[in-house]
Amino acid sequence: MLSHVAIDLPSESNYVTLVDVPDSTATLEQVFREEYGRIIATLIRISGSFDLAEEALQEAFVSAAAGWEHNGLPRNPGAWLTTTAHRKLLDAVRREQTKTNKQSELQYEVERLHPFDELSLNEDVVEYPDDRLRLIFTCCHPTLNRETQVALTLRTLGGLTTTEIARAFLLPEPTMAQRLVRAKSKIRLARIPYAIPSLDVLSERLAAVQAVIYLIFNEGYTATAGDSLVRTDLCAEAIRLGRVLCELMPNEPENVGLLALMLLQDSRREARMDQRGELVTLEDQDRSRWDRSRIAEGLRLIEKSLPLGRVGNYQLQAAIAAVHAEAAKAGETDWPQIVALYQELMRINSSPIVALNYGAAVAMSEGFEKGLRLVEEAGANGKLEHYYLFHAARADLLRRLNHPKEAKAAYLRALALTTNRVEQQFIRRRLGQLSETDGHSG
Amino acid sequence: MKYLLLIYHDEAAFSALTEPERQQVYLEYRKLRERLNSGGQFIDGSQLQATATAASVRIRDGKDLVTDGPFAETHEQLGGYFLIDVDNVAEAVAVAKQIPSARTGTVEVRPLVESAAEANA
Repeated sequence: MLSHVAIDLPSESNYVTLVDVPDSTATLEQVFREEYGRIIATLIRISGSFDLAEEALQEAFVSAAAGWEHNGLPRNPGAWLTTTAHRKLLDAVRREQTKTNKQSELQYEVERLHPFDELSLNEDVVEYPDDRLRLIFTCCHPTLNRETQVALTLRTLGGLTTTEIARAFLLPEPTMAQRLVRAKSKIRLARIPYAIPSLDVLSERLAAVQAVIYLIFNEGYTATAGDSLVRTDLCAEAIRLGRVLCELMPNEPENVGLLALMLLQDSRREARMDQRGELVTLEDQDRSRWDRSRIAEGLRLIEKSLPLGRVGNYQLQAAIAAVHAEAAKAGETDWPQIVALYQELMRINSSPIVALNYGAAVAMSEGFEKGLRLVEEAGANGKLEHYYLFHAARADLLRRLNHPKEAKAAYLRALALTTNRVEQQFIRRRLGQLSETDGHSG
Repeated sequence: MKYLLLIYHDEAAFSALTEPERQQVYLEYRKLRERLNSGGQFIDGSQLQATATAASVRIRDGKDLVTDGPFAETHEQLGGYFLIDVDNVAEAVAVAKQIPSARTGTVEVRPLVESAAEANA
């Protein structure tokens, strides 16, 4: 996230609701959202099949919708749904067993289901362990590509429907459906294990999980395409997944750092775009519109994780966001602190994007000229040639240094590289301002 | 002499076959396998799951990169193999010609390196 110079991106209010439900079923819907990931994780472990688990849970929800309206909510709706779905699983397997031609395919599931006796499936008795960690590591298995990891995580752990995921990523529904079908078939055919990885690969695998969650957040925060800049639904879902990950692995400081980072960035959402839907840079944002509760939570989290002494990417980025959050006015930003944090970040992350951000921070703290030099160094050898924020950052510094012609060229390059309409508008506005300056001076 | 026969085909075209057509292909494969078996030429062989189920592993600078894949934008994909033991390349090619997928795809015939001396030759 390049959030310092003129490149902070706008926010908008085009809230896409995830689920449109009538009020009478609001409670069921709530339970659905809250419990989906946990229940499906358990059902997948029991059945050994994503598809069987999904079908059984779907049927359980149908039963719930019919039954709860009459009888009221069970004492523990999650447990009720799990046991009901578990029974549906047994039914499904029994049905399949009668069709002998399909028996071999299900042998695996039957063996897994065998130890359970239907009569003992009582929600007050059976206690299911939390299987969500297995689920998230399976969804983010490295032999699935990143897009698939994202889709599968949202579908299973997040409980989003295929339609919702397709809409969020602006893809045709059949494309998304096919992606999910292929993912599930690959898990089955290649036998991707439904397990928490062993310690020797855990940190690497956890990094992939964090990357998927942060990618979902970023896709929501700065949509790569389309008319709106922010897709609130994806941000909210990423934060929810971040919370789940913290809850499941509370001793991983980077999980906490990731959640803090998302909360702090999300706190600025409302202020990132003005009434006309135009982008407002961090410098010009109305800070009274920042979400104080998000900031407070983000600060609390980062203060908790940093002293643990295992500083990483997300914690440092969160710390940088925290410095911004603590400045009441743009002019009061502690830039030297931000520069120091970026230096720390560069030590552990050699990405040219981090170097670019560092240059942008130095520009604010030690002068535009020095900043520009560092920004250009970050992009040396064409490493950032296709990264639109590199050109936007360069353009902004050239503008501030009063080199309108070069600034214009850089803005045009940036304009050609972004596919988001709000970002394009912002760059066009800057280009317009440059032309005015040109007119006055020439 | 051991030869590996690598069977490349158009995966999409294969999966688009109707069920009877596919069964016909499988039947031909089974018969070929039986012939090779009775002639003492068959060592091993199998169809592979589709490339969508594949993983690619690379180790670079001491870091292992396990990814989804393969990504090669080729028209044909590796769909199966035979490992056979025959006297010479002519015989291996003769077997390759009997592989049903040779009619639509490509069968690559590769002699195995069976001793260090050969490897260094």
